Amino acid sequence: MNMIQALNDAHKVVMRADEDVVVFGEDVGYFGGVFRVTEGLQKEFGKTRTFDAPISEGGIVATAVGMAAYGIKPLIEIQFADYIYPGYDQIVSEVAKMRYRTGGEWTMPMVIRTPYGGGIFGGQTHSQSPESLFTHIAGLKVVVPSTPYDAKGLLIAAVEDPDPVIFFEPKRIYNGPFDGHHDRPVTPWSKHPASDVPEGHYTVPLGKAVIVREGADLTVLAYGTMVHVALAAVIEQGLDAEVIDLRTLVPLDIETIEASVQKTGRCLVAMEAPRTSGFASELVTLVQERCFYHLEAPVERVTGWDTPYPHAYEWAYFPGPKRMKTALEKVMAD
Amino acid sequence: MSDKDPALRRNAPKLALHVPEPKFRPGDTPDFSGIVIAAAGEAPRPDTSAPAAETHPLATSLVRVLGDDHRAVGPWDPKLDADTLRKILSDMVTVRTFDDRMYRSQRQGKTSFYMKCTGEEAIATATAAAMSRDDMHFPTYRQQGLLVSRGYPLVDMMNQIYSNKGDRLKGRQLPIMYSDKAHGFFSISGNLGTQFPQAVGWAMGAAIKGDSRIAMGWIGDGATAEGDFHSAMTFAAVYNVPVILAVVNNQWAISSFSGIAGAERATFAQRAVGYGIASLRVDGNDALAVYGAVQWAAERARSNNGPALIEFFTYRAEGHSTSDDPSGYRPGDEAKAWPLGDPIERLKAHLFALGEWDEDRHAALAAEADTAVRAAQKEAEKIGILPQQGKDDIGSMFDDVYAEVPWHIAEQRDAALEESR
Repeated sequence: MNMIQALNDAHKVVMRADEDVVVFGEDVGYFGGVFRVTEGLQKEFGKTRTFDAPISEGGIVATAVGMAAYGIKPLIEIQFADYIYPGYDQIVSEVAKMRYRTGGEWTMPMVIRTPYGGGIFGGQTHSQSPESLFTHIAGLKVVVPSTPYDAKGLLIAAVEDPDPVIFFEPKRIYNGPFDGHHDRPVTPWSKHPASDVPEGHYTVPLGKAVIVREGADLTVLAYGTMVHVALAAVIEQGLDAEVIDLRTLVPLDIETIEASVQKTGRCLVAMEAPRTSGFASELVTLVQERCFYHLEAPVERVTGWDTPYPHAYEWAYFPGPKRMKTALEKVMAD
Repeated sequence: MSDKDPALRRNAPKLALHVPEPKFRPGDTPDFSGIVIAAAGEAPRPDTSAPAAETHPLATSLVRVLGDDHRAVGPWDPKLDADTLRKILSDMVTVRTFDDRMYRSQRQGKTSFYMKCTGEEAIATATAAAMSRDDMHFPTYRQQGLLVSRGYPLVDMMNQIYSNKGDRLKGRQLPIMYSDKAHGFFSISGNLGTQFPQAVGWAMGAAIKGDSRIAMGWIGDGATAEGDFHSAMTFAAVYNVPVILAVVNNQWAISSFSGIAGAERATFAQRAVGYGIASLRVDGNDALAVYGAVQWAAERARSNNGPALIEFFTYRAEGHSTSDDPSGYRPGDEAKAWPLGDPIERLKAHLFALGEWDEDRHAALAAEADTAVRAAQKEAEKIGILPQQGKDDIGSMFDDVYAEVPWHIAEQRDAALEESR
């Protein structure tokens, strides 16, 4: 399965198991979503459990809040992460804070799925990586899968989680892993072991990172598309690097990070999002706070630039192999 | 300066920006004679299953039941029995007494903030009487009457205001931002308007599950300018949602008059027209008109005939909150000049006219409300007032952010406990 199929399968698993799960968003009903993640759901589960929404992200999130208050479980799609901002007030001020401000009486067990990231020539309004904005908000969990296997297991876990989850889908790797070399053909998921997705119900727990490649000389922390870019880069550089896929940004698996950096003594953080005040900065700080006396070099970060995503300069913007190489060389020096 | 070459547009008139201003500012004599007020009984009452368009003339008139002679008249008269009328009156008196005591408490430094609903008491209390007990409300901060009418303990309201150990919200919310599921009262948000589409979502949930309960969303006139107002209207119309959407037009958003929210151009009820939603504009100081309108909209929603927007036309008789001094932006005696009167006085006079009430009974009611409020206050203050709070059980501040406390919050809890030692 590719990631789209895995996500579609996850929807079917949760919707068959729990008739309170309701899916809605722009174009998700009859058509099955612009990326086809919700394909076939309306046919199987009916129009009142999978339906198209008006182009009103604020309205989509707000009505999901009301539904969650009623006692059903919204699993909603924001068509592109770039469109999440009209819903931001509802997410930040309502979804995130409801459990807290009502002393636990009203909870918001919902999942907000949204495709993020660049590499599809989407220009500045179809390429953003706004996950850092949500990691800053107490009350939200933030998940970013990087494989079909994880995408299904994490999405099922997210739906079953008692807290609201923002689920960022790396759309660049919906159809196949991407090593950052945009001028090479994309390898389809079918050639990757993580595309072997079990049938039926299984979960990948939230808050648990995975070591996707063991190594002794350097730790690379990444999530989403950048996991694959990082893997390709360390292999190309011939480094004995440990690559960790964070999978969940909040709550973060600090134990795995700490153990790895204390073992390797060097660390590089990679993300697609712009640099300033991004989640990479948080990771660098955590590593500095907890592993300083084990470090043999300053912690490096590879990120997108602090500009809006430029359409024609997409590949100069994207943190690809060259930027990875420079940073890896720097962190491995001395 | 514009980057356009003025030589190219030499004869074009100079454009002007219109910034609305209220008719009267401090020092002026308020005069509401320009407001067109339909006579009681004048507005027709369409069938609850009527197409929305049939209600749209009602978006510019005013549904009124109580006439100048204090008699109920016309098709919107809900023909309530005396007990129901007395219950609404009693709730209104309790709310006003409660407001006065809590306002004073804030002035005495026992809490940080309070918001009265003086002059608007009929809206929440008559609505509560007209709706079913298990319907859900998504209120703003001036619908304390919903809780009072539904029998929510006054002491619990006060505990919330004092953020004391009896506060069910554990000292996390600003005073008056109540929340209680069992009383059908959704958590109040300080970000205005957010609850409006949430009410629509709740009612969508009820419709998806084939429930028979409906929801009611509340918003102020100022907050209708928020995007959430429009998404609520869109979703309510698109899915024919069993929801009542109420705009409480009390004409003032802190110091900005309703013209700043667009009221110079159209009534708030008229906004329903463009969405194809049924629309009523109602005298918010007339408890019977409020009851009649809500009963109509509830019946409409409950029988799958769709949503309704109700504009309650009223006047905010006091400041926006304890942090506001209205004498800085409007005439001090404007509230007294408001032509639709005081809701308590009007219902009281109606009961007098029916021979179902008298001064002695009213004095007894007022005394009873005073006793109940004082007793609750004593009880609440025994548990604690705001300045005494925030010292014990600091660790609880870190609960309920998530279902379980994650490591980073646990670490911060330890640090906060250490710091407080």
